[in-house]
Amino acid sequence: MAETRATAYDSKIEGNVIFTRFDAALNWVRKNSLWPMPMGLACCAIELMATAASRFDISRFGAEVMRFSPRQCDVMIVAGTVTYKMALAVKRIYEQMPEPKWVIAMGACASTGGMYRSYAVLQGIDQLLPVDVYISGCPPRPEALLAGLMKLQEKISGQPAFKDQQPQLAEKLEEVLT
Amino acid sequence: MVPAGGAPALQCHNQMTSQEAIESLDKSFDSKIQDKTEFRGETTFTIAAENLREIAKFCRDELSFDYLLDITSIDNFGEEPRFEIVYHLYSMPYAAHLRLKLKVSEEVGALDTISDIWPTADWHEREIYDMMGIKFNGHPDLRRILMWDGYPFFPLRKDFPLAGLPSDMPDVAFTKITPLEGGPFVTIPSTAGSKDREPRARPPQL
Repeated sequence: MAETRATAYDSKIEGNVIFTRFDAALNWVRKNSLWPMPMGLACCAIELMATAASRFDISRFGAEVMRFSPRQCDVMIVAGTVTYKMALAVKRIYEQMPEPKWVIAMGACASTGGMYRSYAVLQGIDQLLPVDVYISGCPPRPEALLAGLMKLQEKISGQPAFKDQQPQLAEKLEEVLT
Repeated sequence: MVPAGGAPALQCHNQMTSQEAIESLDKSFDSKIQDKTEFRGETTFTIAAENLREIAKFCRDELSFDYLLDITSIDNFGEEPRFEIVYHLYSMPYAAHLRLKLKVSEEVGALDTISDIWPTADWHEREIYDMMGIKFNGHPDLRRILMWDGYPFFPLRKDFPLAGLPSDMPDVAFTKITPLEGGPFVTIPSTAGSKDREPRARPPQL
């Protein structure tokens, strides 16, 4: 019978203790369970649905829990053309999401207005929201959305999570420890 | 409200052809018809705005034009009267088209609704109000339909710039001017492939 052996970490030798940076642990938790807010506004939403379905399977990256309530979401995926009629509603939904939160602008329309150089269309959602990742394409293929999601995960893993969330406590700790 | 439909009219005008129906409209409203044109078997009557409801009712009840296909508004900017409204009627029993045209000046800017005669006119009239700013007297629910409440402009008017206009109240009517450098981005209507017809920056050749 084959014996399973932990190569990186052996609890018998090292005890039930893991040493890491707090930020790294927090970011690891965050980036592997990004719950998206599916802000489907146009045809990009079809690709977003395809990304969630079995062939591309966004749950491989821990982002399969699409919540239609902004209160339970971490990342807003703006998928589609943002008209001025919808723009303030999108902003309001973003404001209802709890911190920490991120935004993916999916496709040409959400990034720049795309082919709609029109009086009725907002020329890029970054005029209203702080966008973390832009994904090109009209619409982008599901692989592109997954690549964008992985880019966002990379970005999250480099963020000073603890300092962002508890700036005063972090400052105090720094004073005590130095 | 009388339900829109040609069933009673169909019975009494069973033998009438579409041509006869249109001639009977011509006879019955002779003084109220300003102009009549025919093109490829379709007839267009130009009428006055105040006679619209009367003629529309006659078309539906007596001539069995039971289907209002569309209402169009045209902005003849620089001409007087400025606006033109076109009603496209269709008769299911006769398979015939009829067009009614009328003019509305900018000072009046309003005409009677026909949404009680053909209920489908309700949203068509809302669209014209939204895009052209022409009001419809007696309309049950005259709100904007495509743009949002509080949007201050009428985008299909000729004096509205292609790039749009900024709004004074960004909280209610959040809208900005669209960058159109190198534009306008237009297509060329032809039978060429989609690659050649793709909208590109084609400044007007002066």
